[in-house]
Amino acid sequence: MPNLVNETGVVRTPAWRRMKRHWQLYLVILLPLLYLVIFKYVPMAGIVIAFKDYNVIKGIWGSTWVGLKYFEQFFNSPNFWLYIKNTLGISLYGLLIGFPAPIILALALNEIRNGLFKKSVQLVTYAPYFISTVIMVSIIIVNLTPNVGMISKFFAMLGVENTNFMGIPGLFKSIYVWSDVWQFTGYGAIIYIAALAGVNPELYESAKVDGASRIQKIINIDIPSLIPVSVILLILNLGNIMKLGFEKIYLMQNPLNLSTSEVISTYVYKVGLLGSSFSFSAAIGLFNSVINLILLVSVNYIAKKLSNNSLW
Amino acid sequence: MITASRIQESKGDRLFLGIVYLFLTVILLIVALPLLYILSSSVSSPQAVVSGKVWLFPVDFTLAGYKAVFNNAQIGVGYMNSLFYTVVGTVINVLLTIMIAYPLAKKTFYGRNFVMVLLVITMMFDGGLIPFYMVVKNLHLLDTRWALILPGALAVFQVIVARTFFQTSIPDELSEAAELDGCSDIRFIWSIVLPLSKPIIAVMTLMYAVGHWNAYFDALIFLRSPDLFPLQIILRNILILNSVDPSMMANVDQMQAQQGLRDLLKYSLIVVASAPVLIIYPFVQKHFVKGVMIGSLKG
Repeated sequence: MPNLVNETGVVRTPAWRRMKRHWQLYLVILLPLLYLVIFKYVPMAGIVIAFKDYNVIKGIWGSTWVGLKYFEQFFNSPNFWLYIKNTLGISLYGLLIGFPAPIILALALNEIRNGLFKKSVQLVTYAPYFISTVIMVSIIIVNLTPNVGMISKFFAMLGVENTNFMGIPGLFKSIYVWSDVWQFTGYGAIIYIAALAGVNPELYESAKVDGASRIQKIINIDIPSLIPVSVILLILNLGNIMKLGFEKIYLMQNPLNLSTSEVISTYVYKVGLLGSSFSFSAAIGLFNSVINLILLVSVNYIAKKLSNNSLW
Repeated sequence: MITASRIQESKGDRLFLGIVYLFLTVILLIVALPLLYILSSSVSSPQAVVSGKVWLFPVDFTLAGYKAVFNNAQIGVGYMNSLFYTVVGTVINVLLTIMIAYPLAKKTFYGRNFVMVLLVITMMFDGGLIPFYMVVKNLHLLDTRWALILPGALAVFQVIVARTFFQTSIPDELSEAAELDGCSDIRFIWSIVLPLSKPIIAVMTLMYAVGHWNAYFDALIFLRSPDLFPLQIILRNILILNSVDPSMMANVDQMQAQQGLRDLLKYSLIVVASAPVLIIYPFVQKHFVKGVMIGSLKG
């Protein structure tokens, strides 16, 4: 194998030779690739049922084509705009609060000395990340139980008594978003804390010499140093606004708040799996995936034009 | 040095620092208090909980709620099932992740860009719930234990994290030297790569295991038999849907006491179910933070 290790030859070696050299790696990668094909790519091909009248007996390939029938049915359904509105409303509200929150926490933590207090704040604020969705929703419900839960008792002291917060449609978005902030802000701050730790100390030294105040240092040193990582995270978040998670919303739903809590993902589940309208539900899912892809690509494009920070 | 810089601090800066400390204290309390309330309620008497007497500290200490949790067969089955899904699922996750991430980290691996593209596409676009469900159904995995293990056997994000780690911490020279000495790729992975990758394996194991322990959605859509249910589904039935198996209350006769105990049980159950993860968490926090960092290197 002498010609394999020469310095310029690596790239130019013929494909079959390079494949033969690492034949064992192909063996190793076979199983994960099989997984990707079966559980990621076959479902992509399965999207065709959105354009067919799926019939269990005839199977996916035997069912008749119906074109865009199910898409039209969804666009024309009376609740179409409601579900879009709910999905976007919760996502954008969540982004508006949930995106800056970890940055603020990281900036605050960066101001104080390393010590027991700082460690405790970090330990406690990361912890809720590990709580499961089911437990998290239970914690919300328990704390909001009228006259019993701590948060509802707190509001009772402020004069809001005997209120079933979970049953008020207008409050659903806020409960969802703020409980997410409660659970994920600490975790989200980790990456910003790391970015702040990487700032060149000389910048702070010269700022001190120039007599900059703490606030001026935050505005002129800390925040600019967080921009690259926050742009990337913002792109990812904006690209996912239609992918609003099913798990937590579904658990938080009850008959009283459904007018604001029904979103596309919960609707797909209810119509498709509980109601067995596979084709209709697949069409809604596809619509959602496509919108998401368009969003991700365009946000990435805009970010590239504006700031040179992008995913690809 | 420290004292010198303190003297230099202006009044405005000291005021600002005071506000920062106050702000962080408030955050600390906001995160901790709802949890403390649940912990205290779980060991308080049902009457005290229902009448709203419990704030931060237990009232009329009792372990009745925990007794009810541990006497419940359903919860025991769920715990064991979750343990099974977590252990078997995580082992498969970690193995498959390494098996794809290592070849992808190797520059001389022909086809690596193609596989990378395959991976990235799955992050940007997916077929949606229904086609995914149909695949699981057609493989006859519905209502089997495998339904909670195989469909999520690989997380693309973890593959990218592991690949970044291999690229940055296993030097090419090492594998080339091993190759010259006649060491095969598989043997190289086994005796060089794995021992050098302990930190990333620890992080991956933690992330995957927490994911399995906390998951409920896959069980909700794929499982029908109660004896296969993971803990989270049983928690959902008891905590959110409010359906408590009457046998759980067998030793309590009065209706009112039953209602009270039913409420108390919720608090104890929340504590019991989150305990495993939250107890391990402080010990692995360092690794966990490290994992987030490695992940952040590459988007």
